[in-house]
Amino acid sequence: MTETLLAPLAPKMTPTSTPFWAALGEGRVVLQQCDGCEAWVFYPRPRCPHCLSPALSWKPVSGRATLTTWTHCPRPTAPPFTGLAPQTLAVVTLEEGVRMSTFLLETAGRTLELGMALSPRFVPTEDGTATLLAFAPA
Amino acid sequence: MGTQRKGAIVGYAEWPTVRRYDGPRRFMLEQWMDLAAEALADAGLALEDVDGLVCGTLREANMFVPATVVEYLGQPVKFAEFVDLGGATGTGMLWRAAAAIELGLCDVVLCALPGLPIPSNPDPRDRPPPEARWLGSTSNAWGSPQAEFEVPFGNVAQNAGYAMIAAHYEARFGSCERARAQISAQQRASAALNPLAAFYEKPVSLDEVLASPMIAEPLRLLEIVMPCAGGAAVVLASPEKAKQSPHRPVQITGYGESLTIKTPTFADDLAVTPVAAAAATAFARAGTTPAAMDLLALYDCYTITVLLTLEDAGFCPKGAGAAFLAERNLAFDGDFPVNTHGGQLGVGQPGLAGGLLQPIEAARQLMGRAGPRQVRDLNRALVTGTGGVMSEQVALILEGA
Repeated sequence: MTETLLAPLAPKMTPTSTPFWAALGEGRVVLQQCDGCEAWVFYPRPRCPHCLSPALSWKPVSGRATLTTWTHCPRPTAPPFTGLAPQTLAVVTLEEGVRMSTFLLETAGRTLELGMALSPRFVPTEDGTATLLAFAPA
Repeated sequence: MGTQRKGAIVGYAEWPTVRRYDGPRRFMLEQWMDLAAEALADAGLALEDVDGLVCGTLREANMFVPATVVEYLGQPVKFAEFVDLGGATGTGMLWRAAAAIELGLCDVVLCALPGLPIPSNPDPRDRPPPEARWLGSTSNAWGSPQAEFEVPFGNVAQNAGYAMIAAHYEARFGSCERARAQISAQQRASAALNPLAAFYEKPVSLDEVLASPMIAEPLRLLEIVMPCAGGAAVVLASPEKAKQSPHRPVQITGYGESLTIKTPTFADDLAVTPVAAAAATAFARAGTTPAAMDLLALYDCYTITVLLTLEDAGFCPKGAGAAFLAERNLAFDGDFPVNTHGGQLGVGQPGLAGGLLQPIEAARQLMGRAGPRQVRDLNRALVTGTGGVMSEQVALILEGA
């Protein structure tokens, strides 16, 4: 994969998650944190899924993560991803403890390991409407 | 625990599971009627005996599914349920039916899951969108977290999700590649004896499984179910009504259900599935243990599902599944019979009906109707159902009365 990678599918963004996508468009990562129980929340919600408080604040975070699992897919997982095959899909855990789905970049010559450190990469979508949060070995 | 009035499986219908169906196409409601007639005949019961009904999704109705089926069958009921648990729908239907009978709400409950192709719709506006074919269990509707946070990365349908569960497991506990291939090969050996299976008389060797194409590492083609056409139905009855059946009643003495996540991205521990909670509940309710099981019929959308189910249901410790399997033979005449019909890996997956094939095989074996693959001295079986990507789980304990 190259640095000019474009993601084929845009997320169907919602009003609740607008700050998350807006930050990614500026090369920043923000997450919701509960003002009440201090839990970090992902994906974005109107209430905390730990204590149901509606008081959630958007906070800037580093975007650093560790690798929780991955699968190297020689075949595209769906027709829109044919141009990206082979793809390495992954689940990562951010420093704040929240999980997210993603794909990995810059993995050539790297041995992937559980818990390995990852840095964020910002990948625009083909239609120019959004920026996805991908990751690469740190 | 529980009451003395147990619901029992007293009859069933199972259509041959076929890869390329070239028979007549029928609406799911029409298939429901055919399945109901066959299952009731098998149970020795009549339509007017039916006073409960459990349905899954219908292509012909987005809402009011049970009422639509009741009207179509022409039989009023006192208990109706609609179950939406993916691959766990079949097992989820059975325990709800059994619980309704235990509570005295009804006496005879019909459960059916049609899985034959429906007629091609001449109106293109009524056809499902092309993306429905690759989305699988993933929702791409606006407002769905998957549409926003999974689909854009290609984490859709089931292969990648199960592969990431398997990869996480292997990163922590070591390779289970040979154990997974063993599950596939030994189930295909059983399917080779099952005339209802898509892979009847078509066994594969362990080496053939290991040599099949990689789909999503570490999962290979022959570790993944093949989509097929088919259909299945089960009739459950109260102890009084069960006396009318020509078969040994198969009581559902224990049941448990567990839902934790939709997408394994958000699982607390990717190596521990909801099977653990569902099976613990089922064993406790039945007052029995894994060691007392004579037969296992485990949901097997993927080989890794079976391995994780064995661990999480308590047959061996977490991480020990591969070593446990290496010393056992899963065939009908082996020391540890699992999925003696071939499982879905051997029979094929006729859509949601695939989730009824496990309980039907367990009932067939407990009734003594399994013919050349009959397991001897059989009284208790564990049956599981798995939906989505290990996202919903049902466990049943079946006991011959």
